[in-house]
Amino acid sequence: MTPKAAIRAEGERFLQAFVAAGAVPVEADILQPAGTLLDLYGEDIRARAYVTDDPVRGEMMLRPDFTVPVVQAHMAHGAEPARYAYLGEVFRKQARGSGRASEYLQVGYEVFDRAAPEAADAEVFALFRDLLSGLDLRPVTGDIGILMAAVRGLDTTERRKSALLRHVWRPARFRALLDRFAGRAPVPAGRLALLERLKAGSPAQLIEDAGTFVGLRSPEEIAARAEALVADAGTPPIKAPEAALLYDLLSLEAPAAHALAHLRGITSMLPAIAPAVDRFAARLEALSAKGVDVTTLAFEASHGRTALEYYDGFVFSFLKDGMPPVASGGRYDALTAVLGAGAFIPAVGGVIRPGLVARLKGAVA
Amino acid sequence: MIRIGVPSKGRLMQDCFDWFGARGVVMRRTGSDREYSGVIEGFEGVAPVLLSAGEIPRELAAGRIHLGVTGSDLVREQLGDEEVAEVAKLGFGQADLILAVPNVWIDVETVDDLDAAAAGFRKAHGHRLRIATKYHRLVREFLQAQGVADYQLVDSQGATEGTVKNGTAEAIADITSSGETLRANHLRILSDGLIHSSEAVLWASRTAEWAAADRAAYAGLAAKLGVAARPF
Repeated sequence: MTPKAAIRAEGERFLQAFVAAGAVPVEADILQPAGTLLDLYGEDIRARAYVTDDPVRGEMMLRPDFTVPVVQAHMAHGAEPARYAYLGEVFRKQARGSGRASEYLQVGYEVFDRAAPEAADAEVFALFRDLLSGLDLRPVTGDIGILMAAVRGLDTTERRKSALLRHVWRPARFRALLDRFAGRAPVPAGRLALLERLKAGSPAQLIEDAGTFVGLRSPEEIAARAEALVADAGTPPIKAPEAALLYDLLSLEAPAAHALAHLRGITSMLPAIAPAVDRFAARLEALSAKGVDVTTLAFEASHGRTALEYYDGFVFSFLKDGMPPVASGGRYDALTAVLGAGAFIPAVGGVIRPGLVARLKGAVA
Repeated sequence: MIRIGVPSKGRLMQDCFDWFGARGVVMRRTGSDREYSGVIEGFEGVAPVLLSAGEIPRELAAGRIHLGVTGSDLVREQLGDEEVAEVAKLGFGQADLILAVPNVWIDVETVDDLDAAAAGFRKAHGHRLRIATKYHRLVREFLQAQGVADYQLVDSQGATEGTVKNGTAEAIADITSSGETLRANHLRILSDGLIHSSEAVLWASRTAEWAAADRAAYAGLAAKLGVAARPF
């Protein structure tokens, strides 16, 4: 068998296993409209996805993943609950010299189920664990929902909370904002100068004085943000004990059962995370019921917080040193709301890279 | 024979000839004013190739020239370290790639403000804040490194400063040396909006075929110019 055939055979094996687990096999176009992906991921996706041009359909992208087309197809005409499986190429630009493949097979499994989200999380994780057993992979889990709940529960302004939530997937930016809101980092010089200037007059007057008005951003929008900046400057920092809990949460890495005990311990001080911690507990129970040893399962509260992701709850990866993740997945409820034009369904899923599995088995170099 | 790409006209060509001339490598154009050919006097094994400065990165990447003089903005936008090595900064052709916003945006002073303004703009207008530029890669990498969201790049190959007034962009990223065109178009540079400080650089191609004779010729040239003997 050629390497490609061997990898495809590996992929077919996973696809059949997903079908046996109750999934309906689905296909997706390789050419995807760029607009939807750009709206979801922003300009950063251009650095990762191949963009091309169609004379009739406009800007298109070579499928960077299956999740978006599968969610769209489900939202358009899927019955509930539903399980889908797919196998096909995805295309990602790689950094020069990284040696990583820019075209590779992905085989995936997605569950759309309203009834018992934690059971669905456990179902997907346990299925992947079973299919990948014997490869000596290191599973890592996380839960972005806990972090988001903690931010929502902070005793600060809605404006600051939404700024933090907007950057949950950009850890460096998130950290910089949190440092500033918690008073741990000084207000940048540029901001101080700006605040000083804003004191010189009403926003309307300052805009008037700035000369010819150009651009689509209206004087009202500019004035509103100027006023909000002044108001924000008078907002007290997030209280030290509360901020400390959030920093602690960001760096929490422990076996899952231990992490749960730790989170239970801080819930009295950060009551807003209670529902998310209850969901975490329910998930661990569901995982235990599937035979997963949660006393050793790795949990990292910041796992899955990388750009170009959309997970907002449970996340997991199966890792091998020196390789990209062999498998990864998670819960993406918010994505279904964005793509569903108002409709919404809890969703969880994951992908495996058959090429990496074939390499681990020695089937290909 | 080492082929060295040099800008074919204007100030950049003259500055380039002056830089080499000051180091005893005399370049000049031959034939009529309109003919793009040149010679190097008093030095064997090196031939100048007169090219548009904008085409020099492509020729370096393709390995059709061994060396080339052009702006670091153009090379960093188009090429990576696998394709070219920097031999020497030449100290002329300075210009900055910067981010600028309308001067009436009294609430925007830094990239951080731009990010926040982009969030509000997207909510109010239903599309991402547009930044006009021809330097897509440099601008995207800069904004990505700073964690800016909710923007989109729109291509502008010229008269970029006019795009805001014309309603095709909300902000711009462009090359400026004095900032006068920006001011005339009612734009202001963000205080931390310097994306790339560009200047003329002598580059070596990693993809060109460097025969033994070429390497020997380069060693002689490098000694005369006072630049790295083995840039790659």
